[in-house]
Amino acid sequence: MLLRIAGKSLRQYALSTSVTSLSIGLAGALLLSVWVIKDEARNTFAQINAGFDAVLGARSTKLQLVLNAVFHLEASPANIDLQDFQEIQRNPNVALAVPIAMGDNFRGFRVVGTMPEMFTQVEYAPRRKHRVHAPGRLFDPTLREAIVGSFAAQKLRLKRGDHFHPYHGVNFDEKHEHAEDYVVVGILEPSNTPADKVIWIPLEGLQKMSGHAARTQTDVSAVLIKLRSPLAGRTLDTQYNREGNRLTFAWPIGATISELLSKVGWFEEVLGAVAALVGLVAAGSVMTSIYNSMNERRRQIAIFRALGARRSTVFTTILLEALSIAVLGVIVAFALYAAIVSAASAIIRAHTGVVIDPWTWHNVMAWGPIGLIALGAAAGILPAVKAYGVDVAENLTP
Amino acid sequence: MTLLEVAGLKKSFTAPDGSVLRIIDVSAFTLEHKTQIGIRGRSGMGKTTFLHLLAGILKPDAGAVRIDGLEVSRLPEGERDRVRANKMGYIFQTFNLLPAFTALENVLLGMAFGPGADREHAEALLRRVGLGERLHYRPRQLSTGQQQRVAVARALANRPRLVLADEPTGNLDAAHAQEAIELIRETCRENAAALLLVSHDREALQRFDHVVEFDAINRDS
Repeated sequence: MLLRIAGKSLRQYALSTSVTSLSIGLAGALLLSVWVIKDEARNTFAQINAGFDAVLGARSTKLQLVLNAVFHLEASPANIDLQDFQEIQRNPNVALAVPIAMGDNFRGFRVVGTMPEMFTQVEYAPRRKHRVHAPGRLFDPTLREAIVGSFAAQKLRLKRGDHFHPYHGVNFDEKHEHAEDYVVVGILEPSNTPADKVIWIPLEGLQKMSGHAARTQTDVSAVLIKLRSPLAGRTLDTQYNREGNRLTFAWPIGATISELLSKVGWFEEVLGAVAALVGLVAAGSVMTSIYNSMNERRRQIAIFRALGARRSTVFTTILLEALSIAVLGVIVAFALYAAIVSAASAIIRAHTGVVIDPWTWHNVMAWGPIGLIALGAAAGILPAVKAYGVDVAENLTP
Repeated sequence: MTLLEVAGLKKSFTAPDGSVLRIIDVSAFTLEHKTQIGIRGRSGMGKTTFLHLLAGILKPDAGAVRIDGLEVSRLPEGERDRVRANKMGYIFQTFNLLPAFTALENVLLGMAFGPGADREHAEALLRRVGLGERLHYRPRQLSTGQQQRVAVARALANRPRLVLADEPTGNLDAAHAQEAIELIRETCRENAAALLLVSHDREALQRFDHVVEFDAINRDS
């Protein structure tokens, strides 16, 4: 019955119930979104290494090298000589070295030159290699053929058998179309990695694209490296980064990305603080709306008491009402959260190719709602105390 | 057998100017089980305060109110609430129905603070007072007379031993007032509840076998 009484009051004050629930929902959604996206992004990005341990590139920061060669973001620092690639390929510490060449795009999606080993020998995740949708196939390294990442194919509406001309530069400018005509021979299955937003062509095809400088036609943008052992990483790190000054060896890839995420940690803290603030304001609005309605409710409370309700019953009813508003707010929070994270993960995927799963369990999904409900209930205490003190005899008459 | 016994009951209030106003001074008053008494008195004489003291809503400054031998006036507030919920029904002049609740819910609410909701009994009471077709109507969808009947059904919801009715016809015209009084008397009789009805209206009390003047029992009237 107490729940029914609380429910009646919520309906009676439907507007303030809706507004306060919405404000709690907003706070909850912000809190959940910030927390889950932060954690998911950290976990997902730190795990993505395209199946490699390290990147070798021209002298720059490790971060720039990783963002460019693994995530296909940022500008390429510079190219490296064919000899550098061949040298690291021969290094006994290296299990596999795959060169990539960048600098072209097709309508904003990067065209990257590489070797078939990228797809035949590399596991981008444990026991998972890039696969081409049947009946497609890998490109022939001697022909002008391309395979397209799933996200790029979807956005560009490219399918097997389609032809296209790459554009010069990593940013799309229709005035800089290359003369070469490429045919799509396969679409990659989704891997939820940055490879999904890339158009892959043979290394030589990109190196020798019309308009590219003749003297750099054997250069590569970076070399993706699979090491034989973690110790090898330390050796090469010393060799290239400390003893040399011409190239940069970014190792390990995950740590480099974690470093980036740590640098933007303050932003997450700001968003978290905003969410906490919104939560407090929402709790304040619950308290104010119920407290302000107490004057109108004095008679109703007096009637309850005259019918035999104890002060503690009246107190509990008001507390239940605040609690119900908070529970409604939490339901709204999850609905808003679903909308926010769907949009956020779509944006993250469009920019990085990485798919984050917002529905993975995070502890904040339990303590966030519990905290909000507790906050809502706490906000009901002051109005409940006011209800507790209502004088029956004074308030029974209109 | 005595159901209600009042002895040396006193209640004063402090006026805004600080002076103390003695409102109630009832040396003795009794009501037997299943009997019906009308108390007549002009407005402002303290009849409502007297009923509030009997119901345990107010605590007296002195004296005792006993119901079934239990000295209610000495009980702590929570216990007085329990006695009110389980042994008494209260009919107010303004009915005091809750506007957001239907007729049935208003009656069920009367039960909720006592022995617990009994939907079948609540529906039977509403049918008895002629509102079988209006169970799910809210007070604003009912006429004044119908609202009064809901209040009667609610007062009887917990099978009380004593029903206190405070000017129950104050908001009704003369024709409906008599009808309402008869309904209250009949339903109290059917439910074996004693009735103490206070009114300023001489006509409302004309069918009562026992009518007492309030100023005859209250020395401060």
